[in-house]
Amino acid sequence: MEDFCAKFVSQKISKTRWRPLPPGSLQTAETFATGSWDNEENYVSLWSIGDFGNVDSDGGFEGEHQLLCDIKHHGDVMDLQFFDQERIVTASSTGCVTVFLHHPNNQTLSVSQQWTTAHYHTGPGSPSRSNAPCTGVVCDNPEIVTVGEDGRINLFRADHKEAVRTIDNADSSTLHAVTFLRTPEILTVNSIGQLKIWDFRKQGNEPSQILSLTGDRVPLHCVDRHPNQQHVVATGGQDGMLSIWDVRQGTMPVSLLKAHEAEMWEVHFHPSNPDHLFTCSEDGSLWHWDASTDVPEKSSLFNQGVRSSTFLSHSISNQANVHQSLISSWLSTDPAKDRIEITSLLPSRTLSVNSLDVLGPCLVCGTDAEAIYVTRQLFS
Amino acid sequence: MEELDGEPTVTLIPGVNSKKKQMCFDWGPGEMLVCETTFNKKENSETVPGCPFIYIIRKDIDVYSQILRKLFNESHGIFVGLQRIEEELTGKSRKAQLVRVSKNYRSVIRACMEEMHQAAVAAKDPASGRQFSSQVSILSAMELIWNLCEILFIEVAPAGPLLLHLLDWVRLHVCEVDSLLADVLGSENPSKHESFWNLVTILVLQGRLDEARQMLSKEADVSPSSAGMCRVLGDLMRTMPVLSPGNTQTLTELELKWQHWHEECERHLQDGTFASSPHLECLCKIMLGDEAALLEQKELLNNWYHFLVTRLLYSHPTVKPIDLHFYAQSSLDLFLGGESSPEPLDNILMAAFEFDIHQVIKECSIALSNWWFVAHLTDLLDHCKLLQSHNLYFGSNMREFLLLEYASGLFAHHSLWQLGVDYFDYCPELGRVSLELHIERIPLSTEQKALKVLRICEQRQMTEQVRSICKILAMKAVRNNRLGSALSWSIRAKDAAFATLVSDRFLRDYCERGCFSDLDLIDNLGPAMMLSDRLTFLGKYREFHRFYGEKRFFDAASLLLSLMTSQIAPRCFWVTLLTDALPLLEQKQVIFTTEQTYELMRCLEDLASGRPVQGEASAQRLQEDLENTKLEILRLALARNLARAIIKEGSLEGS
Repeated sequence: MEDFCAKFVSQKISKTRWRPLPPGSLQTAETFATGSWDNEENYVSLWSIGDFGNVDSDGGFEGEHQLLCDIKHHGDVMDLQFFDQERIVTASSTGCVTVFLHHPNNQTLSVSQQWTTAHYHTGPGSPSRSNAPCTGVVCDNPEIVTVGEDGRINLFRADHKEAVRTIDNADSSTLHAVTFLRTPEILTVNSIGQLKIWDFRKQGNEPSQILSLTGDRVPLHCVDRHPNQQHVVATGGQDGMLSIWDVRQGTMPVSLLKAHEAEMWEVHFHPSNPDHLFTCSEDGSLWHWDASTDVPEKSSLFNQGVRSSTFLSHSISNQANVHQSLISSWLSTDPAKDRIEITSLLPSRTLSVNSLDVLGPCLVCGTDAEAIYVTRQLFS
Repeated sequence: MEELDGEPTVTLIPGVNSKKKQMCFDWGPGEMLVCETTFNKKENSETVPGCPFIYIIRKDIDVYSQILRKLFNESHGIFVGLQRIEEELTGKSRKAQLVRVSKNYRSVIRACMEEMHQAAVAAKDPASGRQFSSQVSILSAMELIWNLCEILFIEVAPAGPLLLHLLDWVRLHVCEVDSLLADVLGSENPSKHESFWNLVTILVLQGRLDEARQMLSKEADVSPSSAGMCRVLGDLMRTMPVLSPGNTQTLTELELKWQHWHEECERHLQDGTFASSPHLECLCKIMLGDEAALLEQKELLNNWYHFLVTRLLYSHPTVKPIDLHFYAQSSLDLFLGGESSPEPLDNILMAAFEFDIHQVIKECSIALSNWWFVAHLTDLLDHCKLLQSHNLYFGSNMREFLLLEYASGLFAHHSLWQLGVDYFDYCPELGRVSLELHIERIPLSTEQKALKVLRICEQRQMTEQVRSICKILAMKAVRNNRLGSALSWSIRAKDAAFATLVSDRFLRDYCERGCFSDLDLIDNLGPAMMLSDRLTFLGKYREFHRFYGEKRFFDAASLLLSLMTSQIAPRCFWVTLLTDALPLLEQKQVIFTTEQTYELMRCLEDLASGRPVQGEASAQRLQEDLENTKLEILRLALARNLARAIIKEGSLEGS
């Protein structure tokens, strides 16, 4: 079991994100940002795990995260991403998208840019606009893409006052998350179990491809793309299922893995070690999925929290034609050969784990029980 | 009606003069609305302008403290864990488990207390500093009471170990001595420190005799005149028989040894061994349990329960739990000496020493400003099977009553409501209904929050609430012109009526604009299509368009016809459907067979003959519409198609 450090922070945490390390840096991550939700006043906060030189006065043991600075955020923080080293982009339940700037000199945060009504509803027959929650944001400097409950997709540029591109009515249902596929292309998931690929080079409000779960139309809540193999995509659904997709072929997931007992709120491939995947859920669990093939048989040692996955479906008939060496360990569908090992990371199950982020050996997650958990020894 | 246990507190509403004005109120789940009213008051009501505000009165204000939120959240985890350990454990392991849970609760209180203390020190204005400090003292009292309850009710320590536990209890809560000890030892010449003798006395009062002995040896080192006396007293301290946890000696053996030791102390005092040093003589008297000597140290003892424990240590070390209340009462009386009356905390502790759990809980409920303490303590004691017999004359049992109060307080809070859910879950009698009432009142600001509330309801099979939440969301979506979303929500709620309503909106939009919106949803309805007839029609009608677009005319034609003949299509839509048939009738190929054409003709005549289906007016308008525009064209097209079909079918048969 990894060594987790928990801290109660008196606010429900909706998002946690590590600050990216400068390119080529060999340090381990030590600063992360959090956003809160459902409080009377919500905050975006920056935390640090660094060694502060002086010994902690309150006897807090080494490695506990300390608040660097925070700033009030209007509405729930629905999503949060680092734009670069200093800037943080947040999505608000008020439909507002904000860029915060961190000043390391005096440890403060300030608003550097804001698009106040990025997402909105238009009532029937009236010109009045009401705010619609912005549910997801993704950044790829200088571009920022946001999606919302209004089914709208916005493309912003950090230096532009107005949206560069807006796709109205992109989705008839709520868009829950967005990620970049290849640079002009993005991937969205919605509340009727569809995965859509959009190409900003194309005009109009039609996606270039729709993939969907068959039958039950289970809402999808999160999406992440394999860091090296860009056609491999993982999504998490309302029923807690993990779906692995190959966007090059087929319109259905390559595999459906039975996972959590309730909504899967986030899924993340490990950025530098993509055979590892992390998921968290409304049921209060945080899981580590290990699909690296050279895993020694460990399940007898760790009875608790470890179980092998069950493949519910695996189709894609032409899978066999693809050269074996090119297949990611996530796409191979031979359940006998590849066991995925799953470890439950949090000691006791509590309220929903809303968000997680991994960077190098570090993992941070935040919960509705108002606690932030951090570990810096993921693979030890 | 029972008599009141205490004077109710008065809350003043700013801006309202309750002597001159009339007030009205309404109860909420955790709060109360209060405002001024002129109801039923004839005279002088219009003269003086009143207070224009409606006030929200919250009863459980501690819920709103930032620091206490940590207490609520952390203890929630412990609470849920406690409910789960349950039944399978019995006897020793169960008791150990419960003691551990109790210690966990206490450590959470302590952590909270420390943080509150830091906040008090760091507070910028004196008012908030005072507020924090008073919170610290409340938390510290809570921990003190809890700890005592743990020793008496959960640990159920027998004679012997009981005193050891009580000593630990006193040492934990009278902790100024540690800083004093560091201070004295840190000074250049400890035995000349002004507080040296105070320190030694406190150490003896707390039964920390090893440390006291070390201090005495320091004194002996610097003043050879008293070295002998110090050695003798030190020896007495060393030889005092105590019960050590690992030892197997019986209580009687201990008592016997203790008696000998006591006599030896007595003899030294009689012989005047320490006559030349009043300090040492006083210490010896304390060790003999001399009440007068103990009471002289009132300042150092701080409070009566410290006095009680010291007194027991040096006069009744093997006190039985059952005799405790007798010594406690007399200690309280002696200590206060009739000068002051007992405070609420004293009463609570006294009730605990009397093993009157209900009194403890009752006094705590009155004295403390939050339900957290009594709810959690009662629950824990209930798990120790100590509260079975007690039933209230209202609601269910006491544990449940207190948990419900606490959880309602959480639900009144803007964001702590999620914690409340689990507390309701473990109230077998009224928890479910309470949850049902509270959960419907959670404001649903975003879909994400709604999903969390829905999950709570679905896990507990609260179908009525699931339906109502989905309906709220569907209504919201309709208001925002998000028909696709609205349809999704009504499908999730399995709300046929609403699905029909939304489907009608879709069809109307189609009629107006000539194209469908939200195709990604309608094309993928799947089995959900069966929810309502109108939704089925919508899905099928869209399928017709797809067939037509894909030039699968035969499929399109039979689907179109079946929509009308099976009565799925609403009659008001038949005109549109028949019009949609026109291009099929005009194809070069013959699409409709004779039989199908007859069917179409019948449908057309049905409409034309104007069987009033949905009220006279609409039927009339329908007819006019039909006649003015399409009737003739349709009849002509149908007749021509019939002719072609007869020829085609005849010639096929003939060939």
